[in-house]
Amino acid sequence: MRDEWFRADRLPHIYCAGCGNGTIVNCVLEAVSMTGWDRKNTVFLSGIGCSSRAPGYILTDSLHTTHGRAIAFATGVKMADPSLHVVVFTGDGDLAAIGGNHFIHACRRNIDLTVVCMNNHIYGMTGGQGSPTTPLGKTSTTTPYGASETPFDLVDLAVAAGANYVARWTSFHVKQLTEAVLNGLNTPGFSLIEVRCQCPTSYGRRNKYREPVDYITHLKAHAILKDKWESMEKSGQDMPADSFPVGEFVRRARPVMGVPDEA
Amino acid sequence: MQGNIASAEGALAAGCTFFGGYPITPSTEVAEHMAARMPKIKGSCFIQMEDEIASMAAIIGAAWTGARSMTATSGPGFSLMMENIGYAVMTETPCVLVNIQRGGPSTGQPTMGAQGDMMQVRFGSHGDYSIIALCPSSVQECFDLTAKAFNLADRFRTPVFLMADEVIGHMREKLEIPDSVEIVRPKTLPEGMLPFTPGPDGVPGFAPFGTGRYTHVTGLTHDERGYPDTTNPARHDALVRRLVSKIEDARHEIADYTIVNEDAEYVFVCYGAPVRTVKEVVDKRKVPKTGYLQLRIVWPFPEELLKRFPKCRAFIVPEMNLGMIVREVGRHVKIPVIPVSRIGGELHTPEDLIEAVKIAESTT
Repeated sequence: MRDEWFRADRLPHIYCAGCGNGTIVNCVLEAVSMTGWDRKNTVFLSGIGCSSRAPGYILTDSLHTTHGRAIAFATGVKMADPSLHVVVFTGDGDLAAIGGNHFIHACRRNIDLTVVCMNNHIYGMTGGQGSPTTPLGKTSTTTPYGASETPFDLVDLAVAAGANYVARWTSFHVKQLTEAVLNGLNTPGFSLIEVRCQCPTSYGRRNKYREPVDYITHLKAHAILKDKWESMEKSGQDMPADSFPVGEFVRRARPVMGVPDEA
Repeated sequence: MQGNIASAEGALAAGCTFFGGYPITPSTEVAEHMAARMPKIKGSCFIQMEDEIASMAAIIGAAWTGARSMTATSGPGFSLMMENIGYAVMTETPCVLVNIQRGGPSTGQPTMGAQGDMMQVRFGSHGDYSIIALCPSSVQECFDLTAKAFNLADRFRTPVFLMADEVIGHMREKLEIPDSVEIVRPKTLPEGMLPFTPGPDGVPGFAPFGTGRYTHVTGLTHDERGYPDTTNPARHDALVRRLVSKIEDARHEIADYTIVNEDAEYVFVCYGAPVRTVKEVVDKRKVPKTGYLQLRIVWPFPEELLKRFPKCRAFIVPEMNLGMIVREVGRHVKIPVIPVSRIGGELHTPEDLIEAVKIAESTT
């Protein structure tokens, strides 16, 4: 089922050995193949960066757009033809830096898109520059002495801006990630699934996660289930360094745009 | 009716079903009119985007669903659209942009007319390319040329620009709305043909999303399947030359113009608002030895039309900029070409142009 969605004549892909993106594409296509959607009526979009090469490997109509703008293009696709299923692949630089404005406005409109953000904390395609999600103190080619800016929390941003479905998992949590994507696909309105993942080539190499498994192990060890995270917060515990909550953060039914008319 | 609203009505008459825009003076009436009209037309969508970058992105996305899509902007908004205009060129996406030109650079003169974007529309996005630009000089032409812009966009699979200006956009004149307008949709992609294989005219057939052709669209240099191929010099050379030649080679087919007095010795080459002053001088006051070439399509520039004035001793080019299309005229002829530049927002007066004729007479 899932394999029918791959554009086999485009393989091999351009991702580096050990990259987390392949795992995420795999989970997304697994979820998409469970929806029963017709490939003919499904469109994948992306901006620019490693994440954004994903639609090129998927056998549907696909729009590989300009840097940061995929959600704005997707808004045009979905509003012009609400019968299409529209999924966006993006990365932390694409979504949170250059595309930040389109991101929050799409959440506000609650337009019926599913956005999967491959958050590897780095600009991989251009060779490892710091992004709006590079953790404090971490090294990149543009933060050679350690990142000094506070990173964005993409989940908080999407929840605050009004998205109907928001979840965060990692490239370790493939089962949970697949389920979250499926929930996102099935929830009318804007869905964000943030996936923290490894970039051994550009991020790991400079931050002591040289082997792909090093950062996957780190993600596994520092991801705390949302309920546990909240109870820890409530009891006033100190949160372990580098830890972050994972799970489903919101699933709601605010008014949406871009769905077919009932009539 | 106002020029901006005539333009919106022209788009609706042509079957435009998607408008994505952002408010900016002096183009806002186009969006406001679409916002009022489109919700009442089944299957149509008006959306106010968060900025002009998003507006341009949205109309490209909509175009790939097969919708006739459009935006309208001015000055700074047009600058913001440049990157995605290049994307529309590279991906051969049919769409229409209305630019109600105002005084620049920067925020400049929001409420005053200008023609300062005539080079930006041709060259403003990075890389080599060609586009099609139409210039109305009346409210009627705002309607007619906007409708025509959609046909050209579909015929050549390219962004097409209605380069009006504040003077025409805010002018009120009588408009005759025809019962129907001619509609030319894109060639469909023949079965078995790759999505970016050009036809004999250099234009590929179009397979919008949802038609089961699984088209991959990218702004990267791509092969005929639409797949990226960015390091092959021959691939890039062939693709970009085709994007240019599909438009430039058709410039005679595309040309839309009026010629008055082919025997004139002093010929005005004009487009947009200055056409009105030229008509006053040539048609009404009948200043001796004068004639004109009005270009309703400025890009691709139809240089052969300049040869239609065998007795011409000098071309006079009145523009509301410091000299843009005058350079294009100058590079195609060996006789004097005289600019009449006026910026600040006011039209040329007939006296300005008569003075230019006198200068031409004294120098030729």
